[in-house]
Amino acid sequence: MNSLSVPHLLGIKDLNKNDIELIFKTATHFKEIINRPIKKVPSLRDITIANLFFENSTRTKLSFELAEKRLSADIINFSASQSSVSKGETLIDTANNILSMKVDMIVMRHPNVGAGVFLSKNVKATIINAGDGTHEHPTQALLDSYTIQENLGEVAGKKVVIVGDILHSRVALSNIFALKLQGAQVKVCGPLTLIPKHITSLGVEVETDIKKALQWCDVANVLRVQHERMDINYFPSIREYTQLFGINKKMLDNLNKKIVLMHPGPINRGVEITSDVADSEHSVILDQVENGVAIRMAVIYLLAEKIQHK
Amino acid sequence: MGHKILINSSEIQIILHRLACQLIENHPNLENTVLIGLQPRGVLFADRLISILKSEYQLKDISYGQLDITFYRDDFRRSEKPLEANKTNINFVVENKNVVFIDDVLFSGRSIRAALTAIQSFGRPKTIELMVLIDRRFSRELPIQPDYSGRQVDVINQEKVKIF
Repeated sequence: MNSLSVPHLLGIKDLNKNDIELIFKTATHFKEIINRPIKKVPSLRDITIANLFFENSTRTKLSFELAEKRLSADIINFSASQSSVSKGETLIDTANNILSMKVDMIVMRHPNVGAGVFLSKNVKATIINAGDGTHEHPTQALLDSYTIQENLGEVAGKKVVIVGDILHSRVALSNIFALKLQGAQVKVCGPLTLIPKHITSLGVEVETDIKKALQWCDVANVLRVQHERMDINYFPSIREYTQLFGINKKMLDNLNKKIVLMHPGPINRGVEITSDVADSEHSVILDQVENGVAIRMAVIYLLAEKIQHK
Repeated sequence: MGHKILINSSEIQIILHRLACQLIENHPNLENTVLIGLQPRGVLFADRLISILKSEYQLKDISYGQLDITFYRDDFRRSEKPLEANKTNINFVVENKNVVFIDDVLFSGRSIRAALTAIQSFGRPKTIELMVLIDRRFSRELPIQPDYSGRQVDVINQEKVKIF
């Protein structure tokens, strides 16, 4: 119970319920720490972490970096655009070159599905997946569930709807795994072209009417439309998407209950949610960001605990 | 291995009263003084001490917090079993205050070293003192000694001191 069942965090699929409980419990301690006048602990002062970002990221990268610094780890940052990757170096070579500089842990975001698993099998370091293509984004799902637990007391039994581009979303997949593992009920809502064909095999239901979905749910997790991953037109226009699946203040006012509204960011204000919704009392978007640092500190700390002391 | 009772409950009660008196003697009315119980077992000792300070000495406004030192320990990745954290609850700053750490057993001194680092997250105290229920002599690994001690015991390293 006191240590994780996995040596790497590659996806939520590899975790069990106890792992999630342990991560949340540890994150609660770290959340208290990051609200102190001095927000730093010395635990990881002999650990070096490389942040390998082969794909753009602002929030996740900053959040990981801050989490690492608040644990006193030494860090190095690498982004693909400024690296030898553009000169033809393979992923294993890049990673091994970095590891030769005595790095213990790699946090990696990569456009290809399974990049984290591949790296974990081929290099000697602890790997944290910070997003691999359209596959998984485990720390985002953990911080989303943690935010739900913080707002509603527990995740078990809660009704969660994930709205938007499910097909291209690693956040959606990791969230589905995490929520189901904790006993939540999950629906996905979006244009059918953006909902994977066999999604119901994961134990989730499909809803195409956003109003019905909102009426049903305790939590709505709204995703961004990922234009950069779309090679064809999945819906006629942004305007039509907004009309059919966008969430506005009036829709929330018409629900005679308060729901928890989440968004992993970055928000396209006026597309998937309007500005007044993003800033409304329903929204916990900024809580998610704060919890993100605490969750990442917990994950890094618990994985570092498994790295043998030399 | 056999066991031996070092202090019984009525002796503990006497010791707690003595420590309370010594504390007030050095910190009149506990003005500008904060008491910090160290998690997990130092808090149990601190709770009992504070209830005596309140009931017997009519001290009402005692600044009391609980400090967890897990993330400041020097044996992370070196101990056999994973470290388990407890709750820290300090809702005041310790800047310029006289801090008194309260712990159950003083052994190697490493927990106190960690606590000295941890408390700095809440400001720069004017002074820090240490009160322990049991001082295990001859087992210190760091130059740390208590200012108030309930009972000194001489124990060889393989033996354990337990407080129930």
